[in-house]
Amino acid sequence: MARSIKKGPYVYHKLIKKVYAAKDSQKKSVIKTWSRSSMVIPDMVGLTIAVHNGRTFVPVYVTETMVGHKLGEFSPTRTYKGHSGNR
Amino acid sequence: MARLSGVDLPKNKRGVIGLTYIYGIGKSRASKILNDLNIDENKKVKDWEDEEIKSLAVTLQNDYTLEGELRSEVQMNIKRLMDIASYRGLRHRKGLPVRGQKTQTNARTRKGKKKTVANKKKATK
Repeated sequence: MARSIKKGPYVYHKLIKKVYAAKDSQKKSVIKTWSRSSMVIPDMVGLTIAVHNGRTFVPVYVTETMVGHKLGEFSPTRTYKGHSGNR
Repeated sequence: MARLSGVDLPKNKRGVIGLTYIYGIGKSRASKILNDLNIDENKKVKDWEDEEIKSLAVTLQNDYTLEGELRSEVQMNIKRLMDIASYRGLRHRKGLPVRGQKTQTNARTRKGKKKTVANKKKATK
């Protein structure tokens, strides 16, 4: 079921604080986060967010088209590259 | 002979069914369109009056994205997913199921015909 509109998009409260801080301070430095379920909001556009995939942080440069997706969608958790025969 | 939104012309079928031959119109949309225009659903396509066909053509043109336009819209949406490298985009790229289905078995619609691997070991016992 979709999330209630009334609540607005879910963003982990510590992450959103860092996002606003980064916006105010002339954006730089990568923001690390474990919160894969946070939604990409318009304020994140232009920032680079390092999203944890269970092992490492995958840097994600947020563009406008990503708004509305969850951060985890851009940080794959599996490394399957195909079988040896399929090359 | 009815020719709507480009290429479609079934003939000896009821209006609701006939409309579903257009890409982007299913049964519920078809009956909604006909009801909006006060055309009997059960009227055969060949029995449609000229003005009915005309009014249908106008509504299809103005109120719905159909056929080629719709197809390219869908392709654009998929391309967007691939461009932003989201999980769903990656699945589209690899030709695997996008919505979390299992791939150990089945998933043949996405993966295409079976490719047999030579000398693949059977599970022992």
